[in-house]
Amino acid sequence: MIPELGQLCTTIALCLAGVQTIFPLLGAHLDRSSWMAVARPAAAGHFVFLTLGFGLLTYSFIINDFSVLIVASTSNSQLPILYRVAAVWGGHEGSLMLWVLLLAIWTMAVSISSRQLPDYLASRVIGVMGFISVGLLLYILSVSNPFLRLLPVPFDGNDLNPLLQDPAMALHPPMLYTGYVGFAVAFAYAIAAMLAGHVDQQWARWVRPWTTAAWMFLTLGIALGSWWAYYELGWGGWWFWDPVENASFMPWLIGTALIHSLAVTEKRGLFKGSTLLLAIGAFSLSLLGTFLVRSGVLVSVHAFASDPKRGAYILGLLVLVIGSALSIYAWRAPGLDRNAGFKAVSRETFLLVNNVLLSVATGLILLGTLYPLVLDALNMGKISVGKPYFDTVFIIPMLPLVIITGIGMHAAWKQADTVQLVRRLRWLVISSLIIGVTMTALAWGTGPVLTFVGVVTGIWLVLASLRDPVLRLFGKGSRLTASMIGMQLAHAGVGLFVIGVTVTSTYSIETDQSVRIGETVQVADYSVTFNDLQQIHGVNYTALLADIEIRQNDRIIAHLNPEKRVYRVQKMPMTEAGIDVGLGRDLFVALGDDLGDNAWSLRVQYKPMIRFIWLGCIVMALGGLIAMGDRRYRTTLSSASPAVKSATAARLE
Amino acid sequence: MTPRKQRMLTVGLVVVGVSLAVALALQAFQENLLFFYSPTQAIAGEPPEGRKFRLGGLVEQGSMAREPGELKVSFIVTDLENTIPVSYAGVLPDLFREGQGVVAHGYLQPDGSFLAEEVLAKHDENYMAPEVADLLAEQGHPVDNTRAGPEKN
Repeated sequence: MIPELGQLCTTIALCLAGVQTIFPLLGAHLDRSSWMAVARPAAAGHFVFLTLGFGLLTYSFIINDFSVLIVASTSNSQLPILYRVAAVWGGHEGSLMLWVLLLAIWTMAVSISSRQLPDYLASRVIGVMGFISVGLLLYILSVSNPFLRLLPVPFDGNDLNPLLQDPAMALHPPMLYTGYVGFAVAFAYAIAAMLAGHVDQQWARWVRPWTTAAWMFLTLGIALGSWWAYYELGWGGWWFWDPVENASFMPWLIGTALIHSLAVTEKRGLFKGSTLLLAIGAFSLSLLGTFLVRSGVLVSVHAFASDPKRGAYILGLLVLVIGSALSIYAWRAPGLDRNAGFKAVSRETFLLVNNVLLSVATGLILLGTLYPLVLDALNMGKISVGKPYFDTVFIIPMLPLVIITGIGMHAAWKQADTVQLVRRLRWLVISSLIIGVTMTALAWGTGPVLTFVGVVTGIWLVLASLRDPVLRLFGKGSRLTASMIGMQLAHAGVGLFVIGVTVTSTYSIETDQSVRIGETVQVADYSVTFNDLQQIHGVNYTALLADIEIRQNDRIIAHLNPEKRVYRVQKMPMTEAGIDVGLGRDLFVALGDDLGDNAWSLRVQYKPMIRFIWLGCIVMALGGLIAMGDRRYRTTLSSASPAVKSATAARLE
Repeated sequence: MTPRKQRMLTVGLVVVGVSLAVALALQAFQENLLFFYSPTQAIAGEPPEGRKFRLGGLVEQGSMAREPGELKVSFIVTDLENTIPVSYAGVLPDLFREGQGVVAHGYLQPDGSFLAEEVLAKHDENYMAPEVADLLAEQGHPVDNTRAGPEKN
């Protein structure tokens, strides 16, 4: 009964999403306020019924109802309860349910906080979001139904992939999806504004906090995935340029460009065309990411099933959404931009270059990600594009970008005073050169020129970002708003990230060694001793647990316990690495295979400053959070005139 | 700056940036394409000489061998038509098994063997790399490659 009830609730949600699409959009077009007034109640109903549907599905997982197909295929009675809940989005059908639920939550948030918006805009925003919900819900109910039953009912379930039985992995999909789906808000605002034929600075002010929020979640979601890959996959890598990773990274890059373009639109009323295009781009790439990851065209943990019907549907939806969005853009965008001038050296120019560089990087990553798929679809051979390609095409636009970011944030709008800019920043340039070169040389001796360049630019960006806030702490300089502090913090985060990536990729030591129990091997200046190996029993797995002792200069600095687990249900072996964590360096040991003769293969890695990578991401997200809290985004709420409020209230009755 | 000049600057920047990036990218692209070949194709000399490629197939039953205590391992990759011996020094992936699908990145040696730099297996017990699954289907040995449902016993 429960799953059928869930399906019923989801179907009602679909109908309400349809109402939420048709009446507000038509009402705005025909200027009928009674039709537009349907937007909020319909969105609320859609949200309530979808939440019920998702809740009932989750309930089936919690009570181990293996008569439901997806419960039987991704859960098991031995699975701890937290992972039974996470198993809801551990498969294809459930993860799309999560996607639409998050969309309904975002819609709800928009509908509640958009009361001060003019009706013609708010109803269109909610209508466009309803349209996306309809597309995805139709897909779910027609070809990807999570409520399907399984007969005969199996005795127990097939279990969640052990790789996914991990706290970070339980959180990664909701975070990532919240980010993906959050770009739907900026997308809906862009479409609504174009349909209304009116884009102004106030509009940009409304969109900015939403975009920043989505970007913040996406940043954390990607960082979580990278961190998980590092400690769980047993290879010690943090980014593989896997198509699935690229699928999440491309919307992030375009979303970052969108945030910057919105800043110009809000402050100066410029870049309207590119803002709209980037808003369309960010959400389209999110949809493309869903398509790439969920259609099974990719070789990955993320690819669940190859079902051509599903791929074709999502591809169709993608073409429909992107196609209609771009048509509306082509129809409306000309004539939106006014010709306000700015000088060659001005913040506008720096932000323009920023957007171009981020878009170029995205385009090149898109090429490397889609080309193999296209070639395969045309039966022209199976290829893959290697990591060096992505490394190269990413560094080319990003290195200049990091350098100019530090300058751009100190440049004034309209026209910057070059002399003053040089005077303000020259000591920072010199300090970052000195700190960067000495630090690298003292810690690791020599290295490729590019490494020194990377460390110096990273430090440069951190120093340039922190200049104003630090001066402010000593009571100097002008007052900083929350959005300025957030922006500076986020840029400092990028700097930390650049330092981490540069140092880790140059100075990491990665070795696979054959080590006998009791034997000691030397890795850099660390002595690694394989003390012991014993069997242990976990909740739903058994494991071999190694005892590894690491010494430096005859002093014990760490005891690591890497494991080789075998999960009982799927009989799947898995490596749990032992990691000694430090801000300066990680020591990573993974237990490999039994080589016979009492020897085991050990993967031993020294990873300098790898924590800076995720620390940088956290700082970026924190910057986003602070910027969102800026007063000027809130004052629009309280400053809405009483007349508008009463009109809204009257309409709702 | 007049609007006209501003537009010129925009267009100029875009053109210069994009063409530079694309030129460098295409070069990097050419150098980093990894082609996928089956043992049959590799023996027929399809992979360009001295170039890294991906070899895929099944690990032949009973072919895995190593000296006790040594990291070096050798095994045979088969597409059920032809076979190629592969050697590798390093930690094998968790799901590496005899009789199962495998994809190795590396170089063909003059003696006809394959020296692997990286060995990949599938991601879970029920799932095989699509390349390998397609390959087996082409050879007339299709495998069920959907993520298997629950055991129906």
